[in-house]
Amino acid sequence: MLESPIARRALLKAGGALVVSFGFVPRVADAQAATPGAKTVSADEVGGFIAIDSVGQVTLYSGKVELGTGALTALTQIVAEELSVAFARVKTIQGDTMLTPDQGPTYASLSIQNGGMQIRRAAATARDALLEQAAGRLGVAKTELVARDGGVALRDGSRALTYSELLGGRQLAMKLNPAAPLKDPKDFTIVGTPVPRLDIPAKIFGQFEFVQDIKRPGMLHARVVHPAGIKATLLSFSDGACRKIPGYVRAVRKGNFLAVVATSEWAAIRASTTIVAKWSDWAGLPEQSQLYEYVRRSKIDRSEVMQAAGDSSTAMKAGGRTLQASYELAMNTHGSIGPSCAVAEFAGGRLTVWTPSQASHLLRVQLATMLALKPENVRCIYVEGAGCYGRNGADDCSSEAALIAHQIGKPVRLQWMRADEHGWDPKGPPMVLDYRASIDDAGRIAAWESDVFMPERPMKRSGATLLAATLADLPKYGPSHPGNPNPGIGIPYALAHNKLTAHWLLDTPLPAAWIRAPARMQNTFGNECFLDEIAAATRVDPFEMRVRHLADPRGLELIERLRQFAKWQPRGATPRDAGQLARGRGVSYCKYELVRTYVGVVADVAVDRKSGQIKVERVWVVHDCGQIINPDGLRNQIEGNVVQTVSRSLIEELTFSRSAVTSLNWGSYPILTFPDVPQIQIDLVDRPAEVPWGAGEPTTSVIPSAIANAVFDATGARLRSVPFRPPTVLAALAAVPRS
Amino acid sequence: MATTIKLTVNGAPQTLQVEDPNMPLLYALRDELGLHGFHFGCGLAQCGACTVHYYGEALRSCVMPVSAVAGAEIVTLEGLGTPEKPHPLQQAFIAEQAAQCGYCINGMIMQAAAFLKTTKRPTEDQVRQALAGNLCKCGTHVRIIRAVMRAAEQMA
Repeated sequence: MLESPIARRALLKAGGALVVSFGFVPRVADAQAATPGAKTVSADEVGGFIAIDSVGQVTLYSGKVELGTGALTALTQIVAEELSVAFARVKTIQGDTMLTPDQGPTYASLSIQNGGMQIRRAAATARDALLEQAAGRLGVAKTELVARDGGVALRDGSRALTYSELLGGRQLAMKLNPAAPLKDPKDFTIVGTPVPRLDIPAKIFGQFEFVQDIKRPGMLHARVVHPAGIKATLLSFSDGACRKIPGYVRAVRKGNFLAVVATSEWAAIRASTTIVAKWSDWAGLPEQSQLYEYVRRSKIDRSEVMQAAGDSSTAMKAGGRTLQASYELAMNTHGSIGPSCAVAEFAGGRLTVWTPSQASHLLRVQLATMLALKPENVRCIYVEGAGCYGRNGADDCSSEAALIAHQIGKPVRLQWMRADEHGWDPKGPPMVLDYRASIDDAGRIAAWESDVFMPERPMKRSGATLLAATLADLPKYGPSHPGNPNPGIGIPYALAHNKLTAHWLLDTPLPAAWIRAPARMQNTFGNECFLDEIAAATRVDPFEMRVRHLADPRGLELIERLRQFAKWQPRGATPRDAGQLARGRGVSYCKYELVRTYVGVVADVAVDRKSGQIKVERVWVVHDCGQIINPDGLRNQIEGNVVQTVSRSLIEELTFSRSAVTSLNWGSYPILTFPDVPQIQIDLVDRPAEVPWGAGEPTTSVIPSAIANAVFDATGARLRSVPFRPPTVLAALAAVPRS
Repeated sequence: MATTIKLTVNGAPQTLQVEDPNMPLLYALRDELGLHGFHFGCGLAQCGACTVHYYGEALRSCVMPVSAVAGAEIVTLEGLGTPEKPHPLQQAFIAEQAAQCGYCINGMIMQAAAFLKTTKRPTEDQVRQALAGNLCKCGTHVRIIRAVMRAAEQMA
């Protein structure tokens, strides 16, 4: 396929000057020519990640993929920086099981922190080896040489060799060297700068190829007919009427899996609404109104102490006041704007799937298991879909496309309809959290205990497996999990007596998977709201409360910086707004998973006492993820975290009947819209000499609690159930004791 | 029996043979003409990802039967501007880096382009209202607003 360099030219005005950046995102077909086994995909080999061709073009083979977060641009910056080549000389290939190393799924805010550092190490190893070679070729000591502009030169510039000359057509065949020296951050010219995103110009001109845009020769179109109930059985179907639709090809049935195939997309859609399917009655879901009772009643697989200090049970009884509160959070859908889509081909015993999955290597093994193929006969090629924010329907749709292709032996494109995505993507599970604290006579926290109820890890029974395997009753690979809630669900404060117990549940109502900041958002909601309740009960300013209990200097620095940035003033005796509109501010803080990114926010809200509507007017964020690779990309991520989570906090709630999800479109599952989006102020803490941590999720963690705390500040009402829809808010307002 | 439908798309006359006159315009443009700057998002006119211009006005192509727009002038994102001759909104969206996944961004640009034709120098609040029916799940809103304000300034 022809390259279209103009389409990739980022026209960007930066600092008044026209900056033209020639980044390369290869079109999907570019990777087709590769032959199996021609290139190593080992994550131990430099050649797994990096190739330099005879004209000095560098290719980055990244197992971490672009999900709309800007990660690919940042990873490209890392390679260009570490190799000392121009950014525009690096092109990228991502998430192709035949070409890219398995760096794990693109999740958990680890693309830069783990994936990027693997890639940096590969580039550093390559640079060191090239310096070594050049020293030999030029007959000088390595210390007299520098890597610059795609080659190695004597420090005085008198002699130089390009990387291509040094390689002479050979691959970078060497192991990653953990001891290879890394470039000094003081010398960075690419990392740490707001390089424009590689993919944005093509997206703005309508030239970008999403997975939804792929066409293959002879490709057919499919639609699935998902069951009427989550676990309903397909009793019978009739596609007689479909045969009158021009372009209709056939139905595909395997167990409870039913799909229609046609020569055109519209014919497939018509067939999917024309086919008559009879499903068994199934009504195994709990009553929605009983959801949290259901969670509390769910069978506990085991209880596990996830954080402990001192002797909380003794300290809890040692007198003073006791406070307690319970919190609950609704189920969410990922809500990708583009329904999942995949293209699959099965020919000659080999399956190829173009997929928007965030885990193409894992998907490959899952598909191979499902279809009883050898993994080497399955190739998954990542192609961007709409933003997923976790394990949305991408893998399920891919599995269904693969199953259809396997059944019919022809290339097939399957796109889900809106109701498929809203109804069948695995859900962020509901959670319930209970807190108790003992306050001593001096108003200090003597003991803190919490119990959290959430689906177990890994989810032996209820986790998301491939939907096609579930419906067609085909073999499944491995247990799934709802997002690996880890020891980091604890509190980031140094309390003498503290205990967090996780109760891992065997069941959760709907197949579950991770959504952005899984469990961390929920736990931080409980942690930070309860701390705020203690602060109010002991008449301590919320910032002061956090400062008192933080032992971590970097966390303290962040909290102080936030206090200044947001121009926080203790409310003290200032009376609340008495009118219909009450304004308030709330703070929340977290150290992500207790081991990485620090983030604190202040939310400014206005609460309409009459309607129960909350408007989040402004959010102030201070964010410390260590070394910043791309400050503009980082801001974009933080903004996205804020807006998306304001939406989850205020509005988003899955609804369901006893049989199936009923919030099947944006009317029944509304999200935040432009008029209600807050202003966002961001203060980035940059630490070039530190390691970079993730930014895809941490800010999500602190948003619901900051809003709830702000609502308390405004009105005295405690919101303990997410989302904070008007009925919830009105009920909380009604419960405020009159003073 | 196929129906013949003529359209002008991005300035070029097109003759389509469609099997079903009720087929939404979206599929005619994507599958018959191979354009893909706009996307299927909901099929219910709720999100705006499929927006095209119908005589310069924003139209949700996912619900509009192709036969209902026979003879019309349609412009898609591809026809709004090109890298060589970008629309001020396209320049502004790139300058503000106003996209995350970018799947919905067609809708924001096309909706804003129609809006800015009739509203010069809008306030931020007017821009927010103009885009109230366009959904973005990545949370790129603040950049999109900035980009539309920037383009409006340039176009005024």
